[in-house]
Amino acid sequence: MSDRNLLVGPFNRVEGDLEIRLEVADGQVAAAYVNSPLFRGFEPMLLGKAPQDALTITPRICGICSISQSAAAAQALAAAAGATPTPQGALVAALLHGVENMCDHLTHFNLFFMPDFARPAYQGRDWHDHAISRFTAMQGSGLRQATEARAQLLHIVGLLGGKWPHTLAIQPGGVTRAPTARDRIRISSTLAAFRRYLEDVLFGAPVEDFIALTTGEAARNWSTGDAGTFMQIADDLGLASSGPGPGRYLSFGAYPMEDGRSFGPGLWEADSWRAVNTDEIGEDLSHAWMLGKTAHPRDGQTEPDEDMSDPGYSWCKAPRLAGQTIETGAFARQVVDGHAMALDLARHGSSVFARVAGRLLEIARTQVLLEKWARDITPEARFLEQVAVPQEGVGEGLLEAARGSLGHWLRIEGGKIAGYQIIAPTTWNFSPRDAGGVPGPLEAALVGAPVAEDEDTPLSVQHIVRSFDPCMVCTVH
Amino acid sequence: MNVLWLQSAGCGGCTMSLLCAEGPNVFDLLDGAGVDFLWHPALSEATGGEVLPLLSAVESGEIALDVLAIEGSILTGPKGTGKFHMLSGTGRSMLDWVRSLAPKARHVMAVGTCATYGGITSAGGNPASAVGVQYDGHHPGGVLAPEFRSQSGLPVINVAGCPTHPDWVTETLLLLAADDLPAAALDELGRPRFYADHLVHHACPKNEYYEYKASAEELSQLGCMMEHLGCVGTQAVGDCNIRGWNGEGSCTRAGYPCINCTAPEFEEPNHPFTDTPKFAGIPVGLPTDMPKAWFMALASLSKAATPKRIGQNAVSDRIKVPPQKTVRKS
Repeated sequence: MSDRNLLVGPFNRVEGDLEIRLEVADGQVAAAYVNSPLFRGFEPMLLGKAPQDALTITPRICGICSISQSAAAAQALAAAAGATPTPQGALVAALLHGVENMCDHLTHFNLFFMPDFARPAYQGRDWHDHAISRFTAMQGSGLRQATEARAQLLHIVGLLGGKWPHTLAIQPGGVTRAPTARDRIRISSTLAAFRRYLEDVLFGAPVEDFIALTTGEAARNWSTGDAGTFMQIADDLGLASSGPGPGRYLSFGAYPMEDGRSFGPGLWEADSWRAVNTDEIGEDLSHAWMLGKTAHPRDGQTEPDEDMSDPGYSWCKAPRLAGQTIETGAFARQVVDGHAMALDLARHGSSVFARVAGRLLEIARTQVLLEKWARDITPEARFLEQVAVPQEGVGEGLLEAARGSLGHWLRIEGGKIAGYQIIAPTTWNFSPRDAGGVPGPLEAALVGAPVAEDEDTPLSVQHIVRSFDPCMVCTVH
Repeated sequence: MNVLWLQSAGCGGCTMSLLCAEGPNVFDLLDGAGVDFLWHPALSEATGGEVLPLLSAVESGEIALDVLAIEGSILTGPKGTGKFHMLSGTGRSMLDWVRSLAPKARHVMAVGTCATYGGITSAGGNPASAVGVQYDGHHPGGVLAPEFRSQSGLPVINVAGCPTHPDWVTETLLLLAADDLPAAALDELGRPRFYADHLVHHACPKNEYYEYKASAEELSQLGCMMEHLGCVGTQAVGDCNIRGWNGEGSCTRAGYPCINCTAPEFEEPNHPFTDTPKFAGIPVGLPTDMPKAWFMALASLSKAATPKRIGQNAVSDRIKVPPQKTVRKS
């Protein structure tokens, strides 16, 4: 087979714009170059504005991780003010954010990822007819059920946050609406209905049974519900050995509350955990169409290179932790949190299978968390304390969006925003090469992916790309 | 009726909101009305090399296009090239694609305030030189000239909102499919009047507070947010409080102000979003159709007449004083 180059785009069923250039040799990907072809400039846009305007503007970076952006902005503002939200305010913020993350996982699995298995290319496989009926894009019965379940679950955001996306309910000092006992009952009822969807349709069994799995083998043997269909497909197609990651898993920790974070923070590498020191972050600009030098986000700038000169090939910066690439996302989060099944999968390395299994695991675990948080709402408590934003200050907001670690770095001077830098999950995962020529995590994961002679948009590449659940609008912002 | 949906420079949130349509779900709803997507970047199976021939066929006229739906603003930077947003895999800017495809479409529909007027993408110094499809903020003329009319004779249909309510988008599509959206059904900014003839103020649960100018002083308090917290629900178009969002929600129901997200240039109010600018202690910006002198007179009168219940609840985060019930003695 002759060597050739492929330009893959428009790459759909990912959030936002993505273009991938592939060098193909001997029937597989030899090198990949990931381009985020959209630059809007939210960071420069924020400069000179009142700090609290970040709460209105940053959620609009992304229509799918909107609450994540808003919560990170609220956290950065609170940090600058030396304040914390009220405990019940933090609880409701977690509930809002947890619902968004849950919905994003559901959207990814049903609408973005699974439809590829309904493609004619898989005709003749044992599972193909079932995949067609459940997951054909925009048609499958699974998609319709998931879309309805998602819309109903978002009633919790409607009730507590007014609307989704782009709520302004999450503030540095808590949330803007004090729920009543009646609201608590409605939320619990919505969650009970959602549990029924998960157990009847997605898992075909109690969510606790999935959470109780302790090995990758046990996950692979899961046979019920749409999750079981995925396991069967993954086994047949060898997805556990497709799209390896760097083996370094990052999580900033999800759902900050008075007693800590529900999914803990850290860096997992070589079967051991260490704390994350965000001082070790640097954003490399060598292959981005950006002017300036490698910088920590607290000092960073966003000045696009309007000439789009070489060797740049993406608007995306290349964040590195202690100079290294990391993988972030639901699977990474479950590994860092120390869930037995995720840890076992991590020992064999990240893959398309591990990422999707990790996301399913997190769906199950998040359901249990949401139910607990709903029960813990105390209507007589304070949900918001006013936080005075200082004239001068710096703040860091760190949390976990559905797709992984999200950081906001804010600097206030003279009562105005003087610096605002954001590193989104997909900025890590889909970063371009750095000054050392080291490819970003997706670029590395694609190397070795099989490409058939008649393919111009290789299926293996599509599975690997979508397994990360990229959010391209967050990536460059 | 076929729809080609393109995501330009936006957040994708109008599509995400569209998926929140209920009773029935968005797929059943559009199927039932004979509306189908030729291609949608978040939803269709076709990707990469499968999409390029489709785009070419629409561009050449080989496929007759009923609706071109554009979500997100159009970037004209850097230096007028549009290269801040290349439609991936095509080597062409989205600016170029929209200019080329719009004249082929029977209808052109801009979805969301980015696509209609530039929106949040054009905030601050507008770093990527974003414009709307047929407007640049308040000014007619965006990517397409003010006099542009699609094959149907309509200007660009501006389904504004940040994000759009799912029903605003589906009902516009359904009306188009039923051939029931004449020019007279659009307002002076191209917005469908079925939602733009309402104000966010209509059915706002804070109306009683508004009547007495009983104001919230801080976010989360129940009072009217017009006087201190930047709420412009009395001027903003939208049936947000009539239909409700995601079940029974709306911005004002959740305790934060309406920021007029269905309007051009809402992204630059020239004051912090949650503050009300005042002149001599009086809020700048009057309720729609309200003469200033009358507003001043009524405001001072109603403030003076505020019942204790309303005054106290206005600055509380929950109802402290319930309405007095009349108990009929039998």
